[in-house]
Amino acid sequence: MAEPTPLAATDPSLLYPSPFREFCKAFASNRGALGGLAFLLLIVFCALFAPWVAPHDPSEQYRDFLLTPPAWLDAGQAQFLLGTDELGRDLLSRLIHGARLSLLIGLASVAMSLIPGVLLGLLAGFSPRLLGPSIMRLMDIMLALPSLLLAVAIVAILGPGLINTVIAIAIVSLPAYVRLTRASVMVEVQRDYVTAARLAGAGLPRLMFVTVLPNCMAPLIVQATLSFSSAILDAAALGFLGLGVQPPTPEWGTMLASARDYIERAWWVVSLPGLTILLSVLAINLMGDGLRDALDPKLKNAA
Amino acid sequence: MLSFIARRLGLLIPTFFGVTLLTFALIRLIPGDPVEVMMGERRVDPQMHAEAMHRLGLDKPLYAQYLDYIGALSHGDLGQSLRSQESVWREFLALFPATLELAFAALIFASVLGLGAGVVAALRRGSAIDHGVMGLALTGYSMPIFWWGLVLIMFFSVYLGWTPVSDRLDLLFDVPPVTGFMLIDTLLSDEDGAFLDALRHLILPAIVLGTIPLAVIARMTRSAMLEVLREDYVRTARAKGLSPTRVVVVHALRNALIPVLTVFGLQVGALLAGAVLTETIFSWPGIGKWLIEAIGARDYPVVQNGILLIACLVILVNFVVDILYGLVNPRIRHQR
Repeated sequence: MAEPTPLAATDPSLLYPSPFREFCKAFASNRGALGGLAFLLLIVFCALFAPWVAPHDPSEQYRDFLLTPPAWLDAGQAQFLLGTDELGRDLLSRLIHGARLSLLIGLASVAMSLIPGVLLGLLAGFSPRLLGPSIMRLMDIMLALPSLLLAVAIVAILGPGLINTVIAIAIVSLPAYVRLTRASVMVEVQRDYVTAARLAGAGLPRLMFVTVLPNCMAPLIVQATLSFSSAILDAAALGFLGLGVQPPTPEWGTMLASARDYIERAWWVVSLPGLTILLSVLAINLMGDGLRDALDPKLKNAA
Repeated sequence: MLSFIARRLGLLIPTFFGVTLLTFALIRLIPGDPVEVMMGERRVDPQMHAEAMHRLGLDKPLYAQYLDYIGALSHGDLGQSLRSQESVWREFLALFPATLELAFAALIFASVLGLGAGVVAALRRGSAIDHGVMGLALTGYSMPIFWWGLVLIMFFSVYLGWTPVSDRLDLLFDVPPVTGFMLIDTLLSDEDGAFLDALRHLILPAIVLGTIPLAVIARMTRSAMLEVLREDYVRTARAKGLSPTRVVVVHALRNALIPVLTVFGLQVGALLAGAVLTETIFSWPGIGKWLIEAIGARDYPVVQNGILLIACLVILVNFVVDILYGLVNPRIRHQR
């Protein structure tokens, strides 16, 4: 008999592509997602190196240059690229420093809702009798309140500020993670590999975290990006309502709130912070769409 | 169908009690002394303090306080505003039509444009129109609407001078409130031009509030239409020689509407949350602005029961949507 040809086994084109490479390929073919990623990286860079990137100190008040228009307009000053605000502070520097806060609030609130959300979801999925339904009822109640309103109520109780903003947003985005985790756990628990692990004597913690959880990650990653962008929006909305991070901290929403009075004579103090919020949120959402399509092709056309 | 409604109603009751627990807890979670916070000063005279605690029932054990709260609610007593001494329920009723009118206008704007854009994008899949519509929809979905409102005011009110900046009607007009809906009241009154003025006041806030629902409805309609257009019955209808319009509108769109209907229900909560921001920007005298002002003034009875009323509203709307969904789609009705 002929010897088995070793060629077929080593020919890389005949092997299954690794899941990671498949994901990268799918993600890279989505131009919108790449654009979003590029913009997000720019913001992350600005946030990390804000003191070196920003041309001025964000709270330095140049009293001779109140409400200076952006540099490309007639009255603009070359040293204030995007103009100054009502106290003569450089707008570009404030936006760059604001990126720190927005990203920080986004990351912190995602972490603070993702971890307890996944834990509760796992518990709910693994105990379908008593604990599960009671957790889900609690989440239903939280979902009965519009998220921004609940966040407003929480901040109204705890008082405005950075940390309370993060807590409020984390609480508001908790139910989505619980529901999502529970739904995927309920599907996975029925699978044979879970039964096999159980028969092999795996304990409950092992079943939860090692066997089942890694197979529920795809929708959770997508949800994390989406709630990252909505955390930035909600934080800005709270700041705009005067309930978020307090002035003079350069937060994008808070900047808009104080700019409202200059709507008739200084369009740049109103437009630019909002445009920054819009572009950042849009970039993250584009990336989220790309992630969803790449991780879970089944969902490709879902809204 | 009746048992379906009964089952859904049964789920409603624990949710309602849960929400009352939540609003009850809100007041008790205020750090520090609620009386001092409500009176807005520290070191209140001890006797006055004890009286206030007793009057508010805060000296009783927690479970008795909760029972008191539920008892008052069951009598329809939602407490009084600390600022105006007016009953919270009356204030809510007086302001609610303004929010309802705004929300209706926003929803009409969003659904007409959203359904149209979604259908066109689905029919021209992969074309420049499709990409354009979907790009715009994602932009709308990412929109900080409080900023969007400011931009629209800046352009249409300040620069072009077409629309007024705030409120529901010009002070020149004296329109008696009949229904609370300004568009209807101005039609009923004999003031010339009042209706057009009310419309001019409504249009920008409605666009702002409708932007995110518009984006969601457009995305949802597109994906539902794409799904439906692949179905055999659409091919059959085409093969029968029906006109393309008839195939799209009667055969495809009607079935694509089912998932879109659920989105409507989900958007009600989003609309009420958006109303908070929209009403603040446009000084629209509705419940969103009322709540934010109450929070600013630490008017806790208004905050507590205003939130309770809004939560009940959202629960009710979702219940109605559930029932409608069961009516439209029998498969849902028989699920357990």
